[in-house]
Parts: sequence; structure tokens; C-alpha cells
Amino acid sequence: MPEILDQARERVLGNGVGLDEAGVLAVLNLPDEHLPAALQLAHEVRMRWCGPEVEVEGIVSLKTGGCPEDCHFCSQSGLFTSPVRSVWLDIPALVEAAKQTAATGATEFCIVAAVRGPDARLMKQMREGVAAIRAAVDIQVAASLGMLTQEQVDELVEMGVHRYNHNLETCRSYFPNVVTTHSWEERWETLRMVRESGMEVCCGGILGLGETVEQRAEFAAQLAELDPHEVPLNFLNPRPGTPLGDRPVVEGKDALRAIAAFRLAMPRTILRYAGGRELTLGDLGTRDGLLGGINAVIVGNYLTTLGRPANADLKLLEDLKMPVKALSATL
Amino acid sequence: MTDLSPAPAAPAALWCDRCGESVAAGPHPACEAARAWEPPRWCASCRRRMKVQVVPAGWSAVCVEHGERRG
Repeated sequence: MPEILDQARERVLGNGVGLDEAGVLAVLNLPDEHLPAALQLAHEVRMRWCGPEVEVEGIVSLKTGGCPEDCHFCSQSGLFTSPVRSVWLDIPALVEAAKQTAATGATEFCIVAAVRGPDARLMKQMREGVAAIRAAVDIQVAASLGMLTQEQVDELVEMGVHRYNHNLETCRSYFPNVVTTHSWEERWETLRMVRESGMEVCCGGILGLGETVEQRAEFAAQLAELDPHEVPLNFLNPRPGTPLGDRPVVEGKDALRAIAAFRLAMPRTILRYAGGRELTLGDLGTRDGLLGGINAVIVGNYLTTLGRPANADLKLLEDLKMPVKALSATL
Repeated sequence: MTDLSPAPAAPAALWCDRCGESVAAGPHPACEAARAWEPPRWCASCRRRMKVQVVPAGWSAVCVEHGERRG
């Protein structure tokens, strides 16, 4: 057994203290023959510190495309030659999407907009949309609207938004290679305001942007410092027309190593499968990740791309005897 | 009076609905594979970029000339 896994068994599984950056790097560098042991340990950590429940979430794009920012992975940037056109979802369709999500047993519904930050029109749409969902659907509403002002944070709290997603996307040292129109620190400032407001913080990122293994470890350590309630873990799905459109997808074993390492860095967080797992891991890898530290999934489609049918993921959870977290348990 | 004439046939696909390039020389295998995880972006009849909305359980794509597709 590699020394790092022995150390992690005592420190993370035994005491609930996450690995530091050097420890995460050691896990990310484990040879293939030790990957099953790393995943097994990460699973034990998840079961001990989080429990067997899996949190299920659906997401929808309220405002698609035409974003002024230049996140190099994103097909919704208006600065690239992506085929994604700008479109707004109306309130009835938003409520219908929330109903579809709730019908899967999901407890979370995240409303997302491709913006630098919300303007008055978007905040008005959010206010009306959240109210309409809360009147019609028994589900928790989360939001992801880019960078916020303090007034907007307060407004979202007042609307009843219980969790806010704002991904750091990658580590601080690599961020300028991925985004040039705003800084990592600006994102951090929004996360700070969200935390102080009492909303739950949801913050993760994307692996496969060209970062080194060392930078993946740096990212895990920075997320652990933030201590978010939830970490969505995406794997790059290279989008046509974006600067990262020709990058290769993350190799499946590297993705699984990252899942185990991020779990060992953050034993108590909700670690969610987000975009790209279909390409990177396929069906078998999806199962391996759920047995290697993942305890939450996005079901159904993503914002501009398609996911596995919700019933395929729910059947997998049933096969693995992992109960879907009930709404009553989150309220 | 009921019109019993057959509905007009859908225009033949001239363009790849993923990359927007011509399919005159044949289908695009890479695009067809990618479409398993993506909605269409280009109208296959006229090559207009469509307005596409993805929702958790499906998608809709609207061409101003050729109407809406759903999946």
C-alpha cells in the first residue's frame, strides 16, 4: 500500500481532516495499480463523513449564449465563433423544467445564466421565476448568475435561493490561461459574499483545461481552503469554436484519480458529478466514480449539451444501493 | 372543405446540423457521434444557426425558416 494512502486512512478517514496539497499531488501521481485502493479509500471516507445518500440535481439555462466573458472552455461566450445563439427561457418553461427535475426525485434545481453578472432584467426574471417555482414545485432552488454585488446577494437570499454556484474553474496560478476578462480574485470575492450571506456555497471547476497535475493539486487545496458546501467536478467537453475546442478529453483513469484525490482533500463536501463525465468516463467509469468518492449527480441534460437520461443514473444508484437524498433531509 | 393533399415533404438535409458544413459528399461520422451528446445547432435545410434551448429532459431548436425541432 502506498504511504500516502496509509496516511490518508488515518488522517482523512480516521480524523476527518483533508489531505493537504502535497498529499493530493501524491494521490494524483499514484500509478494505475494503486487506483482501485485510492478509490476504495475515498469511498470509505465519503460513507463515513457524508453517508450513503446521493444528492440529485437538475440544471437549466435561463439565459443562454452572448456572454461578454472569455472563459476559453465555454461555448456561450459571445467572443468566440461558437454556434450557440443567445436565447432566454420564459417563466412557464422554467417552471416546467423544475417540475421535470423534481419528477426524477431531485432535491436541487439550479438556474444558470451566461453572464458576467446579473443586470436588472435578469434579476427581475429570477425574482419571478423563483417565486413561480416555489409556488408550484417542491424543490430547493439554487442559482448561478456570475459575479454578484452585495445588493444582488441580499436579493437572492430574500428570493429564497438557498445555494449559489460560482466555480473558480481552475487553480489560481492557471486561471489567467483560461479567462482574461476577469480575475480569480473577483470570483473569490463573490464567493466570500455568498458565504457571509448564509447561502450555501457551491464551487468547483473543470479538469482538462491544460493544467498540470501539480495545478490540479493546487486547485483541490484552494477549494479545500474555501470549504464549499458542494464541489461540482466537470471534465472538459471540448466545444467547437472555443479556444479549447481541440483539447483532448481527460483520460478516464486520470479523472478517477482526481475524484479520489478531491474527496480525500474534502471529506465532508458534496462532491458532484457535473459535465463531461459521459465522454471521459462512460457508463463504467461513472459507476467507478460513485464508488470512489462522488456523492451527488446532475441528472438529465446540461446547459448546452446533453447528459445521460435521468432514469439511467437513478437505476445505477438503485443498483449501487445508494439512496437518493430526500427533500425533507435538506430542509 | 378538407384539404386531402399530402403534406409537403421536409426539405432534404443539405447541411450537417452539428458543424454547418455541406453533407453533399456524405455524412460526417465524427459529428454524428458527437450529436449523441449535443442538440443540433444548424438547420440542415438552410444552414441558418438555430435558437436552441436545452432543458433537463429535452431540447428544442428553432430555425426562422423551417420551424422547430424537438428532442
